Amino acid sequence: MIGQLCCLSVTHAVTSVEDALQQVPPTPPMSAISASEKVDGFTRKSMRKAQKQKKSQGSSQFRTQSSLVELSPLPQLKDAPSTEQQDLFTQKLQQCCMLFDFMDTVTDLKSKEIKRAALNELVDYVSTNRGVLTEAAYPEIINMISTNIFRTLPPSENPDFDPEEDEPTLEASWPHTQLVYEFLLRFLENPDFQPSMAKRYIDQKFVLQLLELFDSEDPRERDFLKTILHRIYGKFLGLRAFIRKQINNNFLRFIYETDHFNGVAELLEILGSIINGFALPLKAEHKQFLMKVLIPMHTAKSLALFHAQLAYCIVQFLEKDPTLTEPVIRGLLKFWPKTCSQKEVMFLGEIEEILDVIEPTQFKKVQEPLFKQISKCVANPHFQVAERALYFWNNEYILSLIEENIDKVLPIMFGSLYRISKEHWNPTIVALVYNVLKTLMEMNSVLFDELTSSYKAERQRPKAHQKLDIMPRVIKPFLKLWDSSEPQ
Amino acid sequence: FHPAAGPSEPKMAGADGDDSLYPIAVLIDELRNEDVQLRLNSIKKLSTIALALGVERTRTELLPFLTDTIYDEDEVLLALAEQLGNFTMLVGGPEYVHCLLPPLESLATVEETVVRDKAVESLRKISQEHSPVDLEVHFEPLVKRLASGDWFTSRTSACGLFSVCYPRVSSTVKAEIRQHFRTLCSDDTPMVRRAAASKLGEFAKVLELDYVKSDIIPLFTALASDEQDSVRLLAVEACVSIATLLPQEDLETLVMPTLRQAAEDKSWRVRYMVADKFSELQKAVGPEITKNDLVPAFQNLLKDCEAEVRAAAANKVKEFCENLPEDGRETIIMTHILPCVKELVSDTNQHVKSALASVIMGLSTILGKDNTIEHLLPLFLAQLKDECPEVRLNIISNLDCVNEVIGIRQLSQSLLPAIVELAEDAKWRVRLAIIEYMPLLAGQLGVEFFDEKLNSLCMAWLVDHVYAIREAATCNLMKLVEKFGAEWAQNTIVPKVLGMANDPNYLHRMTTLFCINALSEACGQEITTKHMLPVVLKMSNDQVANVRFNVAKCLQKIGPVLDNNALQTEVKPVLEKLAADQDMDVKYFAQEAISVLALA
Repeated sequence: MIGQLCCLSVTHAVTSVEDALQQVPPTPPMSAISASEKVDGFTRKSMRKAQKQKKSQGSSQFRTQSSLVELSPLPQLKDAPSTEQQDLFTQKLQQCCMLFDFMDTVTDLKSKEIKRAALNELVDYVSTNRGVLTEAAYPEIINMISTNIFRTLPPSENPDFDPEEDEPTLEASWPHTQLVYEFLLRFLENPDFQPSMAKRYIDQKFVLQLLELFDSEDPRERDFLKTILHRIYGKFLGLRAFIRKQINNNFLRFIYETDHFNGVAELLEILGSIINGFALPLKAEHKQFLMKVLIPMHTAKSLALFHAQLAYCIVQFLEKDPTLTEPVIRGLLKFWPKTCSQKEVMFLGEIEEILDVIEPTQFKKVQEPLFKQISKCVANPHFQVAERALYFWNNEYILSLIEENIDKVLPIMFGSLYRISKEHWNPTIVALVYNVLKTLMEMNSVLFDELTSSYKAERQRPKAHQKLDIMPRVIKPFLKLWDSSEPQ
Repeated sequence: FHPAAGPSEPKMAGADGDDSLYPIAVLIDELRNEDVQLRLNSIKKLSTIALALGVERTRTELLPFLTDTIYDEDEVLLALAEQLGNFTMLVGGPEYVHCLLPPLESLATVEETVVRDKAVESLRKISQEHSPVDLEVHFEPLVKRLASGDWFTSRTSACGLFSVCYPRVSSTVKAEIRQHFRTLCSDDTPMVRRAAASKLGEFAKVLELDYVKSDIIPLFTALASDEQDSVRLLAVEACVSIATLLPQEDLETLVMPTLRQAAEDKSWRVRYMVADKFSELQKAVGPEITKNDLVPAFQNLLKDCEAEVRAAAANKVKEFCENLPEDGRETIIMTHILPCVKELVSDTNQHVKSALASVIMGLSTILGKDNTIEHLLPLFLAQLKDECPEVRLNIISNLDCVNEVIGIRQLSQSLLPAIVELAEDAKWRVRLAIIEYMPLLAGQLGVEFFDEKLNSLCMAWLVDHVYAIREAATCNLMKLVEKFGAEWAQNTIVPKVLGMANDPNYLHRMTTLFCINALSEACGQEITTKHMLPVVLKMSNDQVANVRFNVAKCLQKIGPVLDNNALQTEVKPVLEKLAADQDMDVKYFAQEAISVLALA
């Protein structure tokens, strides 16, 4: 992915502004408007997309000082005598603090190239040399990094940015920024790196700014950030609680305020490995994070973008502490999608992942509400939902759990299965249901026969169910009365 | 009172044995039903339940039950939060209103923002119904509990409650409230700081001036330099309220440093907010500060590097100029603002240009005739030629402002190509928008210009491929006739409209009918009877049923304009013939016309 994106040709760089114009096809000369174009109605999204050929780039340096001074190349680090190397290293770091406007592809070309070369050298220098991270170098290094990467992200060029369909806006200054990230990573991974020395500079504020960058639309940038934040979490024990809390805040804001944050998947990926390392018994803080942050995250509109990572985190938690299974499953049932079939399929996938690791005692606690939901899914007119639910019966472990609790599960499932075996429009589903019914019958044929006969008896009864028929007659007159006597 | 018992034991609800309470028992039972929809219905009838139970049992049984069961679907909770805001009379009036606090307190702590906001809204509402004593005994402790809650949700909710109780409590309690607000402003959860920042202005308004200076200003300054831009931008909003409260001489020292900093903030979101609130800020800080500080700040915003900020500022150009102090206004505009505006006309971003185009015409009234002709006119003309239709449309839709100052003639040579181009734009919404301005343009350009240049456009729209355009074109004709009179109609429009009755396309033939519907009244009896009616009657023989039933509808519509003779001798036979048509829709509309026109 990363490699592929790096190949994007920079010659296509356009400002976000010009590119916005590209979305609107230039008005053709009037006489050329064909009748079909006049009856435009709604152009399909894919067509509009096709017209937008240029890769979009954005940048957000606020009032970059146009470089009055042109950079002049410094001698190469490798050519300098070892006594002067460290001094030159500092000079290069300072040189790299100069920022350039990459939206403007014509100016400062020479200086840009000098900086790029210097950054390359710096990356090389910290990754191949030992003993270069002297105490004096830390502030210079962090200053260079902060100056280059910390910035307010630009407004999204496409307000309805759909990460699944749209091309992301790429960071225009990537030719430099990439090297700075590379440098930061090599710096953190240098065997001489000393967290005790660095912690004065890599502090809470640094982490906070790093976290804000996770909202970048550029996946290349987020990928670097992910690795970097993970390294920082690993090396700075004193920052761990803070990092977790801030991720927490980012997520809460995402769920309850903005519904938009590009880096959710990356942060969840980091968390996945963090959760893995939690000590037992789990702290209240961690449980709260699971129940009040991770579970509500399932309600997000953009769930598809990070569901795999989210489900991984959830399963990590349950493997750590199986007693959390019941609240987690009940939480998922509470937020079960009502209208979005695509999400429903994801939920079912997650449930299966959970069932894969569930303990039989925990299963008993949730089987009733859970199978009520599964029974609804099986009967879903959307065949993908029904199919996903029916696939549970291909899972050996789930089958064994069902078999163990067949007296509870079968009565819940029976009605739906029996009905759709006759009624579902999709032949694949009907075939699957037959298999499932067969499996269930083999598990407990006596119960199965009982349910079959009582189901049939129920169906035989006159359509007018007493429950439904008599109640309204009793209640309706009153309802009318209430409506007219509504308190003021 | 056992909701679970339900209708099977009607005694529980109707303890006095009154069977009429049975349905109430059903409702109560449904509060616990497994089906969300039923629970929701029942909650929405909560006032009915309460009314049936009476005030005492509502207080002692229903409310505790509701308080206990608050872990439902958010949808149910939202309905509950809303209901409880209107429950005062149902619990026995203001004296007992505090009974409503426990369930609302729980609702104010749930995760879902919508529910919480509704709960806070209801709490604010019922706070007004508390007596000052109850406010201190019951309400204020609730606010304190929320303000020191563990989870951020309760603290967020607390932020919205300070200002409603502050004015009516004793000075000791006031001091406590201020202390709590201070704490929340520096909460370590950004969500809470955002909530506090968004209520800062509101809270400042209820504070005594001394406390505004001693308490609010430091909070304002701190929030405005928060590490999160989402907090900082809310401080900008508060700035408006705070500046309004302070005497002029304090503004410079207490507010301006922060405002200057916000206008130069490194985050575009904050600068956007400043631009968006610029008119309010301008009014709040007064003319002197505006001249010295806001003018340069505004210039910078108009030149901002982010298009979003420029567009927001461009939107405010007119209002800002209008509100400048009158002495020196023209100089400020000419020397400081206009140069920036000129650059925006050729901005690279279409949203910026279109924002500017929607207000730029307003400058002409402020600058007067000569300046408009010399400086603004070239800008208008440039925008009329802009590649983006929205920009051109925004200019055209505001022509009336210019018309008052210099007359539209100055523009007409450039207007025409712009109008023609928009009129034939490939997007029908653009075409629709320009049609709507036709009557206005026609009025300003005069009948001759119209006949010469625009009339053919108006007629072309009648045969557009999009129905909405044909419909708007019809309506446009009616407005034109109202403007230019029946005689003009008879000479220019009516012949063309009637000519379409012979068009091979039935949609165009129907357009004739729709036009007649719209025009008959404006054209009057003579034209209608002499020219339109014969055409309509002839069309009753059309082979397309849709045309025929539209003939029936048309006759019904123009009937009132005709005299009785025409109705009896000409319309009636045709309608009778249509009433016997083989198509059921034609029959239906013919019969309807007959009965409406009383021709039976």
